Amino acid sequence: MHARADQRIRVTLTLNGRERSGYAEPRTQLCDFLRHELGATGTHVGCEHGVCGACTVRVDGRASRSCLMLAVQAEGRRLDTVESLAEEEGLSDLQQAFRRHHALQCGFCTAGILMSCEEFLDRVADPSEAQVRDMLSGHLCRCTGYTGMVQAVLDVARTRREATVPDSQQENNDV
Amino acid sequence: MNAFEPALREGQSGQIGRRQPRIEDDALLQGRGRYADDLAVAPGTLHAAVLRSPHAHARLVGLDASPALAMPGVHAVLTGEDVKRWARPFPVGVRQPMEHWCLAVDKVRYVGEPLAVVMAESRYLAEDALDAIRVDYQTLPVAVDTEAAIAADAPLLHEAVGSNVVSERHFRYGDPEQAFAEAEHRVALKVRVPRSSCTPMECYVVLAEYDPASASYDVLANFQGPYALHTVMARALKVPGNRFRLRTPPDSGGSFGIKQGVFPYVVMMGLAARKAGAPVKWVEDRLEHLQGASSATNRMTEIEAAVTRDGRVTALYWDQVDDCGAYLRAPEPATFYRMHGNLTGAYAIRHLVVRNRVALTNKTPTGLNRGFGGPQIYFALERLMQRIAVELDLDPLEVIRRNLVPSGSFPYRAAAGALLDSGDYPAAVEQGIHEGGLEELLAHRETARREGRLYGIGYTVAVEPSISNMGYITTAMTPEERRKAGPKNGAVSTATISVGPLGDVSAHVSSTPQGQGHRTVVAQVIAEVLGVPLESISVNVELDTGKDAWSIASGNYSSRFSGAVAGAVYQAAVKVRDRLAGIAAAQWQVEASRIRFAEGQVIVNDSELSMPFGRLAGATHWAPGTLPEDEPGGLRETAFWSPPQLEAPDDDDRINSSLCYGFIFDYCGVEVDRITGQVRLDRYVTLHDAGRLLNPDLVDGQVRGAFAQGLGAALMEEFTYGDDGSFQSGTFADYLVPTSVEVPEPLILHRETPSPFTPLGAKGVGEGNNMSTPVCIANAVADALGIADIELPLTPSKVRTLIGIEEPARPQGVGEDQTAPAAGGGSRLTASDSVTLPGSPQAVFDTLLDPETLQAIIPGCHALELTGENAYRADVTVGVGMIRARFDAQVALSDLDPPHGLRLSGAGTSAMGSAEGSAQIRLTEVEGGQTRLDYDYDAAVGGKVASVGGRMLQSASRMIIGQIFARLAQRMGGAAPRLSLWQRLKGLFAGRGGRS
Repeated sequence: MHARADQRIRVTLTLNGRERSGYAEPRTQLCDFLRHELGATGTHVGCEHGVCGACTVRVDGRASRSCLMLAVQAEGRRLDTVESLAEEEGLSDLQQAFRRHHALQCGFCTAGILMSCEEFLDRVADPSEAQVRDMLSGHLCRCTGYTGMVQAVLDVARTRREATVPDSQQENNDV
Repeated sequence: MNAFEPALREGQSGQIGRRQPRIEDDALLQGRGRYADDLAVAPGTLHAAVLRSPHAHARLVGLDASPALAMPGVHAVLTGEDVKRWARPFPVGVRQPMEHWCLAVDKVRYVGEPLAVVMAESRYLAEDALDAIRVDYQTLPVAVDTEAAIAADAPLLHEAVGSNVVSERHFRYGDPEQAFAEAEHRVALKVRVPRSSCTPMECYVVLAEYDPASASYDVLANFQGPYALHTVMARALKVPGNRFRLRTPPDSGGSFGIKQGVFPYVVMMGLAARKAGAPVKWVEDRLEHLQGASSATNRMTEIEAAVTRDGRVTALYWDQVDDCGAYLRAPEPATFYRMHGNLTGAYAIRHLVVRNRVALTNKTPTGLNRGFGGPQIYFALERLMQRIAVELDLDPLEVIRRNLVPSGSFPYRAAAGALLDSGDYPAAVEQGIHEGGLEELLAHRETARREGRLYGIGYTVAVEPSISNMGYITTAMTPEERRKAGPKNGAVSTATISVGPLGDVSAHVSSTPQGQGHRTVVAQVIAEVLGVPLESISVNVELDTGKDAWSIASGNYSSRFSGAVAGAVYQAAVKVRDRLAGIAAAQWQVEASRIRFAEGQVIVNDSELSMPFGRLAGATHWAPGTLPEDEPGGLRETAFWSPPQLEAPDDDDRINSSLCYGFIFDYCGVEVDRITGQVRLDRYVTLHDAGRLLNPDLVDGQVRGAFAQGLGAALMEEFTYGDDGSFQSGTFADYLVPTSVEVPEPLILHRETPSPFTPLGAKGVGEGNNMSTPVCIANAVADALGIADIELPLTPSKVRTLIGIEEPARPQGVGEDQTAPAAGGGSRLTASDSVTLPGSPQAVFDTLLDPETLQAIIPGCHALELTGENAYRADVTVGVGMIRARFDAQVALSDLDPPHGLRLSGAGTSAMGSAEGSAQIRLTEVEGGQTRLDYDYDAAVGGKVASVGGRMLQSASRMIIGQIFARLAQRMGGAAPRLSLWQRLKGLFAGRGGRS
């Protein structure tokens, strides 16, 4: 399909489990589309050149920089943003751990970091501190010095592991 | 009067001092923060983009916005002409004939200086239109290096001043001449502190409206204060303060001082809205931010100490030059004077000579940056203390100990006027030594050195000033000038607490937090005093100058929250409490002093009497007739608080520049990799005495954050400029800041000596490690390498040079990288090559002179038009890395020596920056009727393009130039050249082929 540079194209995608549509020019960045067309302002834009990681969202489950993707490339895909994390009963375990460990201050970079952490925890059940730091190094935070985030991710990995260990095995481990 | 005592009366709930999780976090973690760019805008709002100068210094000859205005979706363009009509230059802190307007009017003085604003229906369209504005510049020689800029023959930024030194002051305290005369030793050091920024993750955002009916501006911006700048902005806009309403959003994506620098854009966008006749929104991008927003002030310091044999410093000599960039922007020259009273740091040094000069250079104007003035002072002072230890062969810790302000001498009046409020510095140092495990660290160094590793330990002590005296900046004036101008002093804080008809408590503070969690601490203080649940309290931190209580000291700077703002909250809460106690006492016929507020109840001590807080407070709304006679009804109290200790500078230039002075003792161990030059931080211990801690979790958060930024300043961060003033740190790939793998966890230690001068005994703590950490790491590296000259940032390549190991020979076949960013340009490239072409030298020569050939062989050439003798105007697109720029270029053929050679040169500007280059071409006949074409080229780029790394430019230019001659060869291989331009014109210009 060829579109003129200034032509507005209808883009339909699944945002946080709901089908959403909006219009974008061929050059519209995904982050701008999410924020200003679909109103999902939880995702922030920090550098627009793919270094700071603030705009990270999950595209078909994979953590991606939404400033380095065009809105039209997201057509038909599943997008998950920070707005998807909290549950009915309140903050998710990861969000709670961030709060508990004082892993955020101004909160501007937090949305992208949470999305990377979620993807990481899906992939790596028992991470070392070095692995967590390596994953987080794709993000810039100027407020916290990162310590709280590292602790929060390790904390959540531990509790999620404990929750998935079958009872019998748990007993064995306790012995 | 210190109101610390009554707080203890309320102490039952223990809210103050508790590790309370933040009430801010729920929203922020769910993406429900409301930052400036998230807020709804008025229908019809236009989006702004700012045109910026690619040159560091140039006269503006002309600016034509009409092509931009003709583009679809573009509504208006604001230029210097409009600004001159509607606005005034910004007021400045020193009296000099120099003008700083929000858009350049006569000259541009730094790369990135705003020239015009386009207002269009989307940001994309506005940015497109920037490229269509035609600007004619006449470039001028630049003054970029600080030392060169203050030399007598330097190009002048502001000609009317007659010098680039726009402020010079000399100070003398005690009897330094005698102290130096009697000194057994003198130890001197010359240091430089580079430019850097704490770079908040959110860039500047401004939403502006202009109402012609009331001739007033209404602007929302992520401005952080100080609100003294409200007066600067109102004056620039030529309106009274009440016709300039400035509002801030609920949340801010960090600031660290940097968002003070949004103020020129507040004025600019106000004028843009006026020009467009519509609301205007501007969101700065990262390149704009790094290049043109603000920066810490770079400084050159020569410092010398008069020292006794046992390491006691009796006098200091300071000669400092601050480089404030192209304009002295308010509150500069505050980088000097914020620290002036405590120039002697944590030491009891009684004699002092100071010379302060402020230089202007062709760089971005400077402003607040976390630690403001501190890193500059402590880098010189604490490096000097380390040098004293080395030169006198003493333990550096012993030198520190011998010079500390002694225990039991507080409040202590320092030589330059600081009234150090409280502390016990010697005891704090001993605590840090023991609790931080110094002995173990020393043993570790011993082992490492025995193994031949480069290991060092660095120490730093510092006082961390907080709650700035609004009068300190007048220290930049002479006592006579101050007498004429009238006294300036104090620092007014405000807080408002209201209780609604349902007994619900709301609070407002004018501290414009930038992520520190002020709302949580405000709620803690109120919960403590009024005994209501913390969760029930609503705290609003948006500031609206149109309706909120504020003063010039309002805002988020000088670590003033915990000492001053939380103190004002406490006082407002006490006012509310005392009124309610009076009402309850009248109702129950008891003494007001027996009434206590706890657990949501109002209770009479030693009795059965109690009632819910909401019921008592509600009565002030529902039943004012039942209240005691002196009780007016309603319940809203505002406290204004200004400490009397913040006096104006005296006639001897002594100034208590801050109200509180925390104490810091840091030490660290580093290991330097001999091969890579990388500095690895092995252990970092930081002890703080910040008075009473209101929420230790938030305090630790501040320390960690400042430590990470201090580490960045020590090892990575620097805004670099080319010799032509081009800016070279335009992305986060060029300006490196620490990530999670570079920041270790510091060991944080505390002691609490309450300040006698703040209502809750708290002091500021947010900036200390920005001041202490860079020099602490530098001292450790100096110890590891045994060298005196240390310049930040200690990047691997710099440290490698300091280590001074012979680099092994370059493997054969690997070419020299000839990028030479230091010599001449933003990035200057030279190289040579040759190509063999079919045809005789004459044929090649003629082909080169054919305009059609020229157009065909220049990659990306859209059009070429003849403008004069062998001169063309070309429209060329050049791509380097991720940047594609369309250049308006002048191409010329010169030094014509048919058929042996000629010079092909070009210079162009584009929205992405400027480029110039030339190639000397030599033609030699070779076998087979062919011609060998040898060329040497030399190219330089400036502006935005230059912010791309030199290696990328080198390969891109090699490729582009290679393409030129490959295309020429292709063309030569084709049909015979037609009658060339040269042949057509040589009759006219024979023998006149000079340089064009």
